[in-house]
Amino acid sequence: MTEAIINMRGVGKSFGATRALDGLDLTVSAGEVHGFLGPNGAGKSTAIRVLLGLLRIDVGTARLFGGDPWIDAVDLHRRLAYVPGDVTLWPKLTGGEIIDLFGRLRGQTNQRKRDELIERFELDPTKRARTYSKGNRQKVGLIAALASDVELLILDEPTSGLDPLMEDVFEDCIRDVRRDGGTVLLSSHILAEVEALCDRISIIRSGRTVETGTLAELRHVTRTSVSAVTQRSVDLAGLDGVSGIITDGNRTHFSVDNVHLDAAITALTRGTLISLTSAPPTLEELFLRHYESESEAAPRGRDNSVTTSAIQLP
Amino acid sequence: MSGRHQTVAGAGRLIAISICRDRIRIAIWVGAIVTMVWVSALSIKGLFPTQAKLDAAAIASSNPAVVAFNGPANALDTIGGEIVFQIGAPGLTTVGLMTLLMVLRLTRREEESGRLELVRSLPVGRRAPLVAAGAVGFGASIAAAVGSTVALLATGQAAVGSIAFGLEVGVVGGVFTGIALVAAQITENSRLASGMAGAALAASFVIRAIGDMRDSWLSWLSPIGWAQQLRPFAGERWWTLALDAVAIAALSAVAMVLLDRRDLGSGLISSRPGPAVAGADLGSPLALAFRLQRGSIIGWSMGIAAAGATYGLITNAIAGFVRDNPDMADFLASTGSASLIDSYLATSTHVTALIATAAAVQSILRLRSEETAMRAEPLLATAVSRSSWAWSYLWVALATSVAVLAALGLGLGLSTAAVSGQWSIVGSVLIGSFIHLPAMGFAIGFALALSGRLPNLAVGAWALVAGGLVVALFGPVLRLPRWTLDLSPFEHVPLFPAQSVRALPLVVLVLVGMVLAAIGIDGLRRRDIG
Repeated sequence: MTEAIINMRGVGKSFGATRALDGLDLTVSAGEVHGFLGPNGAGKSTAIRVLLGLLRIDVGTARLFGGDPWIDAVDLHRRLAYVPGDVTLWPKLTGGEIIDLFGRLRGQTNQRKRDELIERFELDPTKRARTYSKGNRQKVGLIAALASDVELLILDEPTSGLDPLMEDVFEDCIRDVRRDGGTVLLSSHILAEVEALCDRISIIRSGRTVETGTLAELRHVTRTSVSAVTQRSVDLAGLDGVSGIITDGNRTHFSVDNVHLDAAITALTRGTLISLTSAPPTLEELFLRHYESESEAAPRGRDNSVTTSAIQLP
Repeated sequence: MSGRHQTVAGAGRLIAISICRDRIRIAIWVGAIVTMVWVSALSIKGLFPTQAKLDAAAIASSNPAVVAFNGPANALDTIGGEIVFQIGAPGLTTVGLMTLLMVLRLTRREEESGRLELVRSLPVGRRAPLVAAGAVGFGASIAAAVGSTVALLATGQAAVGSIAFGLEVGVVGGVFTGIALVAAQITENSRLASGMAGAALAASFVIRAIGDMRDSWLSWLSPIGWAQQLRPFAGERWWTLALDAVAIAALSAVAMVLLDRRDLGSGLISSRPGPAVAGADLGSPLALAFRLQRGSIIGWSMGIAAAGATYGLITNAIAGFVRDNPDMADFLASTGSASLIDSYLATSTHVTALIATAAAVQSILRLRSEETAMRAEPLLATAVSRSSWAWSYLWVALATSVAVLAALGLGLGLSTAAVSGQWSIVGSVLIGSFIHLPAMGFAIGFALALSGRLPNLAVGAWALVAGGLVVALFGPVLRLPRWTLDLSPFEHVPLFPAQSVRALPLVVLVLVGMVLAAIGIDGLRRRDIG
């Protein structure tokens, strides 16, 4: 295994009485697109700003390309590009000027890539930043970052304000980066985006990593929701790992721990299956489980939270 | 609910919110103005216990140089007249500055930041934010007016004159509220709006300086000048207030019309497309810092040069005054002071250099405002070190200082030379101007130290400029103890050509300024950004 590009171990950072990071672990290996998930205020941006050497950590270790992000900031920054979630620009410079400026300050520009990206994102580079909408400001930040041939992209909710067409363009760009061997840390709460792009995921909550792994690994430890129609009604009550059973005649809906899936399906076949749909847990469900498990979901119980299949998230 | 009422719906609540938000700011401004009036009145009463002393002072101060700064010399043989004269045009300019800053903060700045859009999405009328900002400006003017009247009454001045002076303060605040309301409509750039309103204030001061010196109609072109024509304690001319009422109404109406004719977020001057590719020079933090402040440096330099040139034009009138008043010349000679011309040039340079220091402080504080605007973060995420980022703003602030002092020296020197025919004076005026560079450097260092070490108090750097101006303009009148004067770095600058150049204080200022800058950069390298 190659050495991790990002390696944070037990990182803690407080602002006054607020603990923004509380023992955060994060590992991102070379060549992977890593999803960094968490609700608002979980500490994603703080972690990123630690990696950028803007904040000094209280405890733990943070390494970037094997170096110290606080001490070696300038050298490390030559190898990465960053897009904040809310790109603020100098009102009187044009988008084109700002893209070029960032390229030069980073020490490298790829003129061909720059022009191509301006085309793909349909940005008018002659407009003053003052007149750009939120989405257009975000495009400026993205183009400035994507136009550079760096090893690592650090993207903090980069698509906020982009329309769905531009989100598609963004996703294509990230796939290109991965194909070319680049590494991406993508902080997001747009789960579809993470699901579509990321190799591995870390979920953080209250400044702490609660889960990390590939999407498959995370799904493995969770539940599958199953809807079935059988010839004869089946009673699944009492089976291990099955919960949220809704029975309507010979239609059954339930969720089951993946380790008990086989037993549950076997039980169903006793009623002779007519149709079966099973859905892997979406990231929404994963996310909600981690998000809710320690907060308002506690009195409702874990099982219920998973079977609510019609989870509404933006 | 008629449509007419709809346009100002919610104005009352906006006023309450604005006052609540800016209550400390408003209280400090109004309190400072009222305190200034009160302390000046007390001090002048103490300074001239007898009529004879007052009469002597009246003769000494009714010369064109003093008139150019303070305003028309009316009833200087009375305590009331002397108080009004000593507070004078600088005091009224302070009132104008208060309302300009207050109103622009509540109008164009809110609009540019996008907050106004959110407010306008609420059940709030189109004109309501403008009405609310105007109400805050007028309200602060009224508060300053009432406070000033009470302050004068409290020190035992006649009621009529006290009321007239309060009105003088109030109408200047009112007219500049109107000017700020109009300026806020013209451009979508809040900095440019502040610049335009500030230029109007400076022009008002300068135009009346020329007018008052020559006792000409020019003073009537300046809101400050015509406010002073009310003549408190000197046979009040109440009808001048009608002029103010018309001006305030007209400016407010113009602002309303302009507002009705434009879209939210836009101005009358819209921004044009710019280059799609950055020029070859825009590739370093220094180039960026310079590019961002280029317009501001040019604007400040032009304004300061114009102010200097105006003071220069007055020089000949002072020379003529000395020729016509041999007694005055003897009096000055007997006190051992320098020639009236030299004193005048040195004082003009000193006060204008202090105002120009605002350009330098504004420039270095951009370092902090870039950080709070979250624009420093992506910049420092590139291969730019914190110290090179800070240095770039330091260099630009120093370049700004050099530019404004050069503009001051050339403006004042060349125009003095042009009216007097003595071209040799340009050199000494330039020296008198550049001798302020160490004090400006000190102010820059102070602001940088705050930005680096105590970033939340960075705006405190303005206290140095404000304090310096108070000491320079009102120090003698307020009879401040020497040590308080010494706190201002500007008091250690030799007033060349009236005084000879002493190197020691300049060297000390430079050294302390460098230490402060080093503290600031060091602090910036150690602390969290953002």
